[in-house]
Amino acid sequence: MISPTLSTVAYVGATILFILSLGGLSSPESSRRGNLYGMIGMTLAVLATVFGPNVTTGGLAWILGAMVLGAAIGLYAARVVRMTQMPELVALMHSLVGLAAVLIGYANYIDPAATGHLQGAEKTIHELEIYVGVLIGAVTFSGSLIAFGKLSAKISGKPVLIPARHWINLAGLLVVIYFGGVFIHTHAVAEGMMPLVVMTVVALLFGIHMVMAIGGADMPVVISMLNSYSGWAAAATGFMLSNDLLIVTGALVGSSGAILSYIMCRAMNRNFIAVIAGGFGTAGGAPAAAGAQPAGEVHPISAAETAELLRAAKNVIIVPGYGMAVAQAQHTVYEMTKQLREHGVNVRFGIHPVAGRMPGHMNVLLAEAKVPYDIVMEMDEINPDFPDTDVAMVIGANDIVNPAAQEDPTSPIAGMPVLEVWKAKTSIVMKRSMASGYAGIDNPLFYKDNNRMLFGDAKKMLDEVLVAQKA
Amino acid sequence: MPQLIAVPRETAAGEKRVATVPEVVEKLIKLGFRVAVQSGAGDAANFADDTYRAAGAEIVGDVWSSADIVFKVRAPSMAEVQLMRPGSALVSFIWPAQNPELMQALAQRKATVLAMDSVPRISRAQKLDALSSMANIAGYRAVIEAAHHFGRFFTGQITAAGKVPPAKVFIIGAGVAGLAAIGTASGLGAIVRANDTRPEVADQIKSLGGEFVPVEYVEEGAGVGGYAKVMSEGFQKAQAAVFAKQAKEVDVIITTALIPGKPAPKLISAEMVRSMKPGSVIVDLAAEQGGNCELTEPGQVVVKHGVTIIGYTDLPSRLARQSSTLYATNLLRLAEELCKTKDGVINVNMDDEVIRGTTVIKDGAVTWPPPPPKLSAALPKPAAPKPAVPAAKGHGAAGAPASAKSTAIVFLVAAVLFWFIGANAPAAFIEHFTVFVLACFVGYMVIWNVTPALHTPLMSVTNAISSIIAIGALVQVAPPIGDSAGRPTTWIVGLAVVSIALVAINMFGGFAVTQRMLQMFRK
Repeated sequence: MISPTLSTVAYVGATILFILSLGGLSSPESSRRGNLYGMIGMTLAVLATVFGPNVTTGGLAWILGAMVLGAAIGLYAARVVRMTQMPELVALMHSLVGLAAVLIGYANYIDPAATGHLQGAEKTIHELEIYVGVLIGAVTFSGSLIAFGKLSAKISGKPVLIPARHWINLAGLLVVIYFGGVFIHTHAVAEGMMPLVVMTVVALLFGIHMVMAIGGADMPVVISMLNSYSGWAAAATGFMLSNDLLIVTGALVGSSGAILSYIMCRAMNRNFIAVIAGGFGTAGGAPAAAGAQPAGEVHPISAAETAELLRAAKNVIIVPGYGMAVAQAQHTVYEMTKQLREHGVNVRFGIHPVAGRMPGHMNVLLAEAKVPYDIVMEMDEINPDFPDTDVAMVIGANDIVNPAAQEDPTSPIAGMPVLEVWKAKTSIVMKRSMASGYAGIDNPLFYKDNNRMLFGDAKKMLDEVLVAQKA
Repeated sequence: MPQLIAVPRETAAGEKRVATVPEVVEKLIKLGFRVAVQSGAGDAANFADDTYRAAGAEIVGDVWSSADIVFKVRAPSMAEVQLMRPGSALVSFIWPAQNPELMQALAQRKATVLAMDSVPRISRAQKLDALSSMANIAGYRAVIEAAHHFGRFFTGQITAAGKVPPAKVFIIGAGVAGLAAIGTASGLGAIVRANDTRPEVADQIKSLGGEFVPVEYVEEGAGVGGYAKVMSEGFQKAQAAVFAKQAKEVDVIITTALIPGKPAPKLISAEMVRSMKPGSVIVDLAAEQGGNCELTEPGQVVVKHGVTIIGYTDLPSRLARQSSTLYATNLLRLAEELCKTKDGVINVNMDDEVIRGTTVIKDGAVTWPPPPPKLSAALPKPAAPKPAVPAAKGHGAAGAPASAKSTAIVFLVAAVLFWFIGANAPAAFIEHFTVFVLACFVGYMVIWNVTPALHTPLMSVTNAISSIIAIGALVQVAPPIGDSAGRPTTWIVGLAVVSIALVAINMFGGFAVTQRMLQMFRK
């Protein structure tokens, strides 16, 4: 047993470690230490709680059992997950935090030891904290589950738009506010259960509805938003339990997710509200597509010709997209890169902030394939270099290299920052077909005179290119 | 009814080019047009009538009377204008600024005229930029002419008969022609130096094997559309000093300096020519606009002070087969733009920026000059505002400061909110609230420093850290309370234990997977 003051000091230590942990991620060199800080902080916090003044020895067996079970599942999942499945895993984990917040809120509400002694404004605030905590938790839970479904292709990635969806959301909000009023005016636990359950159901439905309406290309925003929610849920729980460590940590995670969402939105030149309201390219897309149909013919190219072009080049920039992740082609890409670099070709990677299905997705895949991170460039770093580039190779990406964003003001993606691959002497686009990207719009890049199309599965075609290169 | 594209024989003296080639004729016919070529039009460029016929064109003696659209290289003579069918279209070089009478005559014929010299300098129009194609050829040919008149090898050699130093070539103006000349000369083995008033082309010069000779004088040299502009007096003085020094050292000078709508700047004085080594060569690509060298005689090759000065104004025409092919392709691209429906009928769509810029007369009404182009695509100035929202760096800066108005609104809302909370909430809540707000700010500051490459690990680590919610469940399992009567202990413990298990998955899984990811990042 440790004293309350010692336990509080341990919490302060844990808080600092968490901040250092996030700070450590500013560069790859310091990031591993950052993660270590996080682990130490978490251990410290859990031990200080378990052996602190608020847990009696009677509960240790329960805690240990639950911890061991959870740890086993968690470690197993972390070991077997493939790097291409990271977005799914993260989404699933967010849902666990959301669910836990809901359960903790309920448990706190039915516990007379937690609520019984409060009076007047304190009681109202406490009940409000429970209500809000459960609300955020429930939205996080159901929203993350749907995001998981969409990312793992168990649910279609297309936005599902029910008519009058904004009105439905508004009605849901009003119901939640109304029952919130009912809830804080109840006097007994049994009385308050009904509004709490109704609100939970509405919140769950809202979470489902919200993520269902968002298209696959906006998933990076959704994931980081849910990440933010899971933080706010923890912060709300902290308010409920008067626990500063929870509040601080929740706020850290919450603001981190919010900033990430903001960065992702800016990378797509989209308004955050518009992304959350859902339905990308459904309203403005149709007339624009009809008005500016890119004319011309596409020039296909074979794997052997691609290899030849690459070998003759001095500067090559590879732009990977979700297609590379789907085809699991990152290892072949690096194999090819190594070959070319040995021949003195300057090969670099250009990464769009929203390439893939979660923030930084491409970086993780390339890192998995052991691509050194100093040849992996951000969009702003590499865009000025395209005019001096001989070959820009686009692997399974579409909207993030669409010149319409700059050239066609009526395009639904007008103004979105894109990688300017068309400025390279030759661009090669590897794609399975001429189908449009998630934004559902045609890509004039494919029709440019200096563009070549290499049709086929990214992995298969790259293997062929590699063979031709070695020959 | 498909329209008839007619290609007359060029009548200007010495002009060997032709406005279409057999290969392109086929593609024009695919667009739905009919094509008529005047007999002998391609002879000077080595395209025989038979090859045109084989490609599907009619060979006719008189093309003007039946033509709907005339494709030409040079601007038509007054006599040719009189041959034009009223209401027909003409595509050729026009130079509307220099040829006001021609413009007037064409307008009187109620013609529609597209000037290949007026194609706007934007990325989309590059494929029809005939000026660039011709400049490319001129640059190449300039080096060939110089080599022809220069009495030595370009490349340095050490032979049994002695050592030959490499020729030194100085190129003024690194536009399309200048760059082509740099590439050709360095390909021949010469030491190539080049100068341009626009410092941003230094990299392009280097990429072609040239060495950039700067003028140490600070002034921005790029005008509208990526062309050069007139420079200040101070700059011109500094520039003259650099050129005088180069003139003494080099064997060949190729000048390509042009400013749109102005006579060519005089960059090489008679004094500099005199200082050059005997046998040196100057090729003046600006001869038609008066020449960059004081001693240039347009259209002639002259020897002054022992230096050969080449002032040919028809360099592209001296490579007629090549320049005809490229020009014909430029015209084909224009035809594609004009006939998107591929039905052989042109549509001069004045809403299209490229076609608007190229069209100088529409149905007899003069539409030149066009409104200025929207953005400079050929050589964007570094300081030019980006068309999109300026994409601030993902790290280091927390975005641009917001406008004063929106900042004021945010502060006002925050103040009202804080007042409301301060007036109503109990003291304990305020304490937590303080902590909460400060933590949000700490998070905000820390996260901006995270490099975008690590966004996925960031999310998985924050996700792991959000497992801190476990504490909420931990304190519920067995709190130190004496009297547990009336407490639904089973329920609470059940909920808490399930929560702990769920969060533990997240906690351990989250940290483990983050570790696994970070392990992969390596230099």
